Amino acid sequence: MRDVAIVSYAQTPYVASETKRNEVEMLMPVLSEAVDKSGIPRREIGFTCSGSTDYLAGQSFSFVAAVDAIGAWPPICESHVEMDGAWAFYEAWIKIQCGEADSALVFSFGRASMGDLPSVLTLQLDPYVLQPLHPDAISLAALQARALLDAGLGSEREWAEVAARCRRDAKDNPDALVKGDVDVEALLAEPNVVSPLREHTLPPVTDGAAAMVIAAGDVARKVCEKPVWVRGLDHRVDPHSPGLRDLTLAPSAKLAGEKAGAASKPLDLAELHTPFAPQEGILRRALALGDDVRINPSGGPLAANPMMVAGLARLGEAARQLWTGKGERALAHATQGPCLQQNLVCILEVA
Amino acid sequence: MSEPQPLSAGHVLEYTYKRSVGPVLGRFFTSLRDGKIEGVKTRAGRVLVPPMEHDPETGEATSDDWVEVGPGGTVTTWAWVAEPRDQHPLDRPFAFALVRLDGADTAMLHAVDAGSESAMRTGMRVRARFADAPTGGIKDLACFTPEDAE
Repeated sequence: MRDVAIVSYAQTPYVASETKRNEVEMLMPVLSEAVDKSGIPRREIGFTCSGSTDYLAGQSFSFVAAVDAIGAWPPICESHVEMDGAWAFYEAWIKIQCGEADSALVFSFGRASMGDLPSVLTLQLDPYVLQPLHPDAISLAALQARALLDAGLGSEREWAEVAARCRRDAKDNPDALVKGDVDVEALLAEPNVVSPLREHTLPPVTDGAAAMVIAAGDVARKVCEKPVWVRGLDHRVDPHSPGLRDLTLAPSAKLAGEKAGAASKPLDLAELHTPFAPQEGILRRALALGDDVRINPSGGPLAANPMMVAGLARLGEAARQLWTGKGERALAHATQGPCLQQNLVCILEVA
Repeated sequence: MSEPQPLSAGHVLEYTYKRSVGPVLGRFFTSLRDGKIEGVKTRAGRVLVPPMEHDPETGEATSDDWVEVGPGGTVTTWAWVAEPRDQHPLDRPFAFALVRLDGADTAMLHAVDAGSESAMRTGMRVRARFADAPTGGIKDLACFTPEDAE
């Protein structure tokens, strides 16, 4: 295996609705920032990969427009995944492992505010037995939350405490959207949106973009004072239909964590892609994270959940924590699909 | 000479083709139209409802062994939708639920027309209500209703 490290990361401030700039205009500053900070001249970056979904713009092949933001002349080697940017990161890592590139630019973007996001997300479901019933993303997460309550594996108070902690931690993150000190009792007094989920357990609809440069061993050491090394990376998927599995578990997250070597040494922090507050407990158990592991010090997806970016942002936020001396070993997680169906785990280390 | 007229063409955003749902879902929907719910057995003997062409556990093709299930079933988890969206299957408050039909080993997602949240609980018995005018899809099963309300 080749050593690969994150050498730079940039993201937009996350907003509820980006109305002044289109996707290309959102991307240009973060791409420039990530490339400039990487110390690798843009022309020397061997591979570019992006993650986004056309369903947010409602226009097929709209992702191609984003190529305008990267400057595709002279021709570059470029790819796209209709997935969260964390999976674009995975493809870039594979490309470097295969020896086809020594560095890569990874980026993703999403303007979730352009449509009714919980409804738009129904389009990712089975088109025959699920989609016609229109089980929106909030309702599906509520089925999972109820299963946790029934199994005694969560409580509304626990979820409110998760939300309060995330908003408190987000105060230190200039890019986070929902932040501040909130009273748990006040959160518990909110009405249900879809019972048993209240507003504070839901991800804020968020627009944003992020970019990252990764590089193989020698290149990373040459350009970066403190490369954040990828020590393990794996992604797995569970059956699609929520009726086929125990929703209180995330077997694919557990397996990805094991394959990535999460438990081989103590972790200082974990950035978990938990769009819904009840999912934190599921992932804590699946990934065997003890109470001494800081969860989502950035505020996490409950503080900002840019669709298609939030997974890549977990990698970027974990790297930022390590760059600023908040730890030496971190776990970054990304998810896709209904009820934590697909999960990616990455182990990051400095030194 | 008359003014040149701009060229124009109509544009309708739709998929103008028909899809086949294949032999497994095809049989499921055909039965559903007739008010019958069928599941398919995996090679290991588990009954999948809705049926699938492949066993999600092993990836093996499922068997040709079909079994009729329901119309009664048990709610394994549920979510109360107090304000239905336009596209939801019911236009009044309802529950999305996973329902394990009698004779099935997996649960299917559908709506429960329970009237109020207080009528819902995990483990409750429900019964399928079929659509008055079948159209050949999952909505031919209109929803589930609580058994004790009948």
